[in-house]
Amino acid sequence: MLGPEKMKQIAQRVLAYSIADQTEVVLFSDETYLTRFANSRIHQNVGERNVQVRVRAIFGKKVGVASSNDVSESALDRVTERAVEIALLQPENPDFHSLPPPKPIPEVDAFVPATAECTPEQRAKAVAAICQLSKENGLVASGAFTTTTSEIAVCNSLGVFAYAPSTAADLTTVIMSNDSSGYAGATSLDVREINAEQVGREAVDKALRSRNPQSIAPGEYTVILEEYAVAEMLSYLSYLGFSALAVQEGRSFMVNKFGQPLVGENISIWDDGLDKTGLPMPFDFEGVPKQRVDFIVNGIAKGVVYDSYTAYREGKESTGHALPAPNPYGPLPGNLFLKAGTDSKERMLASVERGLWVTRFHYVNPVHPLKAILTGMTRDGTFWIERGEIKGAVKNLRFTQSVLEALSHVRMTSAETKLRGGFYGGIRVPALCIERFTFTGVTKF
Amino acid sequence: MKEIAERALNAAQLQGASYADIRIVHQQVQSILVKNGHVEGISHDENQGFGVRVIVNGAWGFASSSVLSVEEAARVAAQATQIARASSLAKTRDVFLGPPEVHVARYETPVQVDPFSVPLEEKIALLLAADEGMRRVKGIAVTESNMAFLREDKVFASTEGSYIEQALVESGAGIEATAVGENEMQTRSFPNSFGRQQKKGGYEFIRALQLVENSERIAEEAVALLSAPQCPSGVTTLILDSTQLALQIHESCGHPIELDRVFGDEASYAGTSFLTLDKLGTFRYGSPLVNIYADATIPGALGTFGYDDEGVPAQRTPIVKEGIFVGYLTSRETAAVLGQRSNGTMRADGWNRIPLIRMTNINLEPGTWEFEDLIADTEDGIYMAVNKSWSIDDKRLNFQFGTQLAYEIKKGKLGRMLKNATYTGITPEFWRSCDAICNEKYWQIWGLPNCGKGEPSQAAHVAHGTAPARFRNVRVGIA
Repeated sequence: MLGPEKMKQIAQRVLAYSIADQTEVVLFSDETYLTRFANSRIHQNVGERNVQVRVRAIFGKKVGVASSNDVSESALDRVTERAVEIALLQPENPDFHSLPPPKPIPEVDAFVPATAECTPEQRAKAVAAICQLSKENGLVASGAFTTTTSEIAVCNSLGVFAYAPSTAADLTTVIMSNDSSGYAGATSLDVREINAEQVGREAVDKALRSRNPQSIAPGEYTVILEEYAVAEMLSYLSYLGFSALAVQEGRSFMVNKFGQPLVGENISIWDDGLDKTGLPMPFDFEGVPKQRVDFIVNGIAKGVVYDSYTAYREGKESTGHALPAPNPYGPLPGNLFLKAGTDSKERMLASVERGLWVTRFHYVNPVHPLKAILTGMTRDGTFWIERGEIKGAVKNLRFTQSVLEALSHVRMTSAETKLRGGFYGGIRVPALCIERFTFTGVTKF
Repeated sequence: MKEIAERALNAAQLQGASYADIRIVHQQVQSILVKNGHVEGISHDENQGFGVRVIVNGAWGFASSSVLSVEEAARVAAQATQIARASSLAKTRDVFLGPPEVHVARYETPVQVDPFSVPLEEKIALLLAADEGMRRVKGIAVTESNMAFLREDKVFASTEGSYIEQALVESGAGIEATAVGENEMQTRSFPNSFGRQQKKGGYEFIRALQLVENSERIAEEAVALLSAPQCPSGVTTLILDSTQLALQIHESCGHPIELDRVFGDEASYAGTSFLTLDKLGTFRYGSPLVNIYADATIPGALGTFGYDDEGVPAQRTPIVKEGIFVGYLTSRETAAVLGQRSNGTMRADGWNRIPLIRMTNINLEPGTWEFEDLIADTEDGIYMAVNKSWSIDDKRLNFQFGTQLAYEIKKGKLGRMLKNATYTGITPEFWRSCDAICNEKYWQIWGLPNCGKGEPSQAAHVAHGTAPARFRNVRVGIA
């Protein structure tokens, strides 16, 4: 780890060297270790240490960005010169107003020493436990165990200096027989909260129960979506519509819907960068403190996230959701939550007369962004439900479904939630029981 | 560089490695984005570092660092051996790489105009002109045009005695216009989707692209799509243009022939493959017209290089011959399992990633048809062009694609424009229904700079050569 003082020193050297009107330095420092396994053995075990310095130089409304992963003094001078040179060579960007001024940054302790100190042996032992469970059941294990330590610092010539260290641990596994598979995963800031045996047992159970899958006809079914599937669906919803840029460009489903019902009354979705039950980050890549943003409250469309560009266009304040510059995608949520309910998956199951249990989705992509229609496949544990019981495994199905319509037909929500990795940061969601979920195809396994 | 390489390889051997290799990589990327009439962003990104891959006790270890020094090389090599020892705790067999690969060589992408030497002003002027062309069309809400240039200098050295230097250069550009109407949004891009068309080569490629000349046309198409009728649902004859066919090959042929997927190495993430070992040499993948091959030696194609990241020379390999599945993409380790030598497809997305089996240029051989004759020969069907959405299951069987543009075909003529066109199918059933492929005049290589695979995720730069082709009894109009 570089630490705040070293990062500040690097940033200040860039600021002192830059001749631009305004200059911003974003520093990333990462140490990532990943143990990957397949066929019940470790086939990939890697470690990485990297630093990146990203310089944004501004002359009036001309903006240039350069980056490097060399933080020697001569390299810092070179990357600064490059950003200045790019800025001077280009025409003005009318959407640029100013780098943000300093604001107090709230403290979030997202750094867990146990995660930062996790060794290859610890990860290998966790993997070995999952592989052993698989072997005992005549199954084959695959998956990945990652531990990451990150530091981000944002510093600008208007006085911003924000620094945040964080850790994350993530374990996922797919356990297979010759005609079935089961998935489970766990994510946390603290590696000690990852229970490899529990993850392994969940996936083994799925793999055993999903043997001998039968084909069912595509159509509309009541579904129980486990948290893994809900997180995937919500990630795409957030990407498609919860950004101010998407609204300003008319490509968000939130356009002309603010204050109106968008989904069912039992749905609330928000972003909270400071909530430690997710993957928190107290500021964005412009050094602006994160605000909590409610997207949907009791089914009503409420708001979207802003960075300084999109906020300036509407005369608003940034909500602290900028991505690193230059950023054509606009601001995005980074720590997303879907409100939990009061039910359990067992009660959901008991309530379903005929329907499907879906563990997770695979290869999801938008078909019609304005209607939030997605397509994708089910994977690693899809089951047929009849009269409140799982009757057996079914071959995987393709869904083509508007997420907004799906969230309008939620009849039960679990009290328990799971944390998953999203596009940028974390996403914590419950399981959902949804009526009239549309499947448009079926595959051969 | 040699000193760093030697120090790392020596240190790895001293720590007990039976095999080690090092890749030292320096990358420069210049990106320019013009949006809605002004320059949205210009960036120049540079990164460098090295990665050491070792086998200890029959198991793999890998470590990397951005600090280029002999001391760091020794530290990282030792770390890689420690990681390999931990891997060996859960091994079921020893890694075997097959016969040694020993090459001392240098390879450079042939470049007429170094893209990094072209003034930024010239690049910006071209993109602004294309942007203006799109914005001239009433009803366009968002315009984007971009260029990207990459130079990668890399050294590969191994304890078997290889020392290979490569300098790879890429140039790419593309434009996109979006029209927004009542609950409807339509995008058209040129020359393809996924941001841009990208090739191995210099700025001469950008000058030949004709971005400005096509800007108004695609914007007009985007606006026209807003009021076009919805693609009907049903089963019909489908003709795909070469850009959409490139993605069809990518998803339904390129990924399932990766032998590491077949062996289950990607099972927990991207998935496995329906093309299991028992199908090699006997399985009817497509109709007898379908011939597919991998070729990393095609001049200018995005998936072309001199040597892969295991130091194996670039090659041409048959994949499907007259419809029969005949070959995989392999690495040294996976090829050895089949008693073969690697066909040179291992590539890493930078110094801090391990090499994986990646597509090179996976191409469909051209057929004999003129495009006009193909349309004239089709009584009833739909012509779909340029990808908009894509999805396929984890064994690569059930797929669904959407395209930006479609036209109905009635009595041998292209008719009305259709919006929101989609089609779906099962891979071998789809390829077996192929009954016509256009000739070499229509055959083009399309670069895909964003093929994802692996954990941590790695983006590979690959390409697909295709000509328009016809498929019978395809289900269309899913959403």
